[in-house]
Amino acid sequence: MIEVSRLRKWYRVHRREPGLWAAMRSLLHRPYEDVKAVDDISFAIGSGERVGFLGPNGAGKTTTLKVLSGLLHPTEGKVSVAGFTPQRRERGFLQQITLVMGQKQQLLWDLPPSETFLLNRAIYDIPKKQYQETVAELTELLELSQLLGKPTRQLSLGERMKCELAVALLHRPRVLFLDEPTIGLDVSMQATVRGFVRAYNERFGATVLLTSHYMEDVAALCPRVMVIDKGRLIYDGSLPELVRRVRPDKRVHVKLSKPVQRADLEALGTVIEHRDAEAVVQVSQEALQHAVARALSALPLTDLTVEDPPLEEVMRDLFAQGRAA
Amino acid sequence: MRVIDAPKAPRLGTPWGVRRFASLYAQLLRTGFAEAVAYRAEFLIWMFSTNMPLVMLAIWAAAARSGPVGGYSQQGFAAYYLCALLVRLMTGAWVVWELTMEIRQGTLALRLLRPIHPLLQWSADNIAAIPMRGVVALPVTAILLWVARGELSHRWFDWLLLLPALAGAWLIYFLVQAIIGTIALRFESAASLFTAWLGFSNILSGYLVPLDLFPRAVRDAAQWLPFRFQLSYPVELMLGRWNHEQALQLLGVEWIYVAFFFLCTRTAWRAGLRYYAAYGG
Repeated sequence: MIEVSRLRKWYRVHRREPGLWAAMRSLLHRPYEDVKAVDDISFAIGSGERVGFLGPNGAGKTTTLKVLSGLLHPTEGKVSVAGFTPQRRERGFLQQITLVMGQKQQLLWDLPPSETFLLNRAIYDIPKKQYQETVAELTELLELSQLLGKPTRQLSLGERMKCELAVALLHRPRVLFLDEPTIGLDVSMQATVRGFVRAYNERFGATVLLTSHYMEDVAALCPRVMVIDKGRLIYDGSLPELVRRVRPDKRVHVKLSKPVQRADLEALGTVIEHRDAEAVVQVSQEALQHAVARALSALPLTDLTVEDPPLEEVMRDLFAQGRAA
Repeated sequence: MRVIDAPKAPRLGTPWGVRRFASLYAQLLRTGFAEAVAYRAEFLIWMFSTNMPLVMLAIWAAAARSGPVGGYSQQGFAAYYLCALLVRLMTGAWVVWELTMEIRQGTLALRLLRPIHPLLQWSADNIAAIPMRGVVALPVTAILLWVARGELSHRWFDWLLLLPALAGAWLIYFLVQAIIGTIALRFESAASLFTAWLGFSNILSGYLVPLDLFPRAVRDAAQWLPFRFQLSYPVELMLGRWNHEQALQLLGVEWIYVAFFFLCTRTAWRAGLRYYAAYGG
């Protein structure tokens, strides 16, 4: 469905020092430099896949999504989405994709979302029956019935995002590019959006490429992740495998019937947290079996769980490794 | 992954037929009108700010108190400037501001994702505001018909040509704005370039001063420049300045300019998109 081969996207940016003198000087002389937003990346995504696209700010995620959706022309390389070359922006291509940007909206600000629905129905030439079915379905899935008649400006951020998703999917695109779709939303709304994206993907077999700073989004939605840093693809595979590679250690979380000495916990591994009758100990993969056995025999346990390190930490370590390299 | 109900195949290759286009454009107009109505207070204030012809009328009417100036009596000036105000109200466009703002804020990206040319949608927004403009234009027309009835053309042919002349005037204004706005795809802003164009346009279109009152060299140049067709030509038709043949000839020149600016817009747009950086978010 998506094929990217040796994609490069460089921006030419004007560099200027701060201050009045630099402003005056920039009238006569403007030094430019090329910024490599995306630098030689290749990947392929199959039909119906859900892929998380991770990376720190400025890594090149959004630039890649914009190239894939035809907004930007690649500097070099080949890109194909649904059999089309995106930058040609052919009607057949635009009919099959959508790009939802959490920080931008296509809803008409002063009109109710239902007006944008009608507008998109005309633009995408959606047959009446399909339009009615889709609106009914989206209204039910996203609980929009009370929202469609209110002016967009009077909706909360979460309500607006639900309507944004609905309007972006009205034409039943086969490829979804989601750029931070849950940004700024509360936890329950994030879960609603995640559930909806998964339902849409499963119902229509649509391909999803998602960027998000919320690791829960990626963990809940994406069996496969791609990690980009400084414009280069540094990982492409499953999320558990990424965690294993970057942070092979585990977190042993113990709950105790009575407080114990810190030294008793240190016998298991590195103590990360220790509060009265609760503790978290970091243990290497190899020592895990031994540590669990020792905890079971030596500690007054009421509960024991073994978890991977939090994804945020995994990513922080991964990017720190990248910077050190 | 289980596909419960695959989407209907997109209707690729559907001919962009006249009916399909008409239905789309009708929806664009409905949406544009709904937006214009939503912004009604701001819109009315903006329209009332189009008062330069009335200021110029006051100045020239005072100058013509003791006798005609350059062939214009007080009533002649009244007819000219009321016609100019009417033409300006009916041919308003603001796409350059929308375009430069959306390019700078990055929101143009969302328009580019839709299978419709953004300029087509903006054209509908601008045209859909005409009924709102009528709120001001209708009283102006009534005053014009009463005050300057002796100066207006009495030939039906002139009034028949007025419609395509106004359409051409609006298209030139809209397309020039689109070309200048499109330059912002490459340079992020083109507002100062449009201000420069507006400066020439205000003078050479006859908006501030009737072209007849300029020195001969300027007048001759203005006759063939595009600015004149934005305002002076429709006004000249309303005042019955030309015989049938001359009026038709000028209409032809006006629409050659429309075609020329249309091609320039297409070229500039295609070239601009190559440089579009889609900044932000």
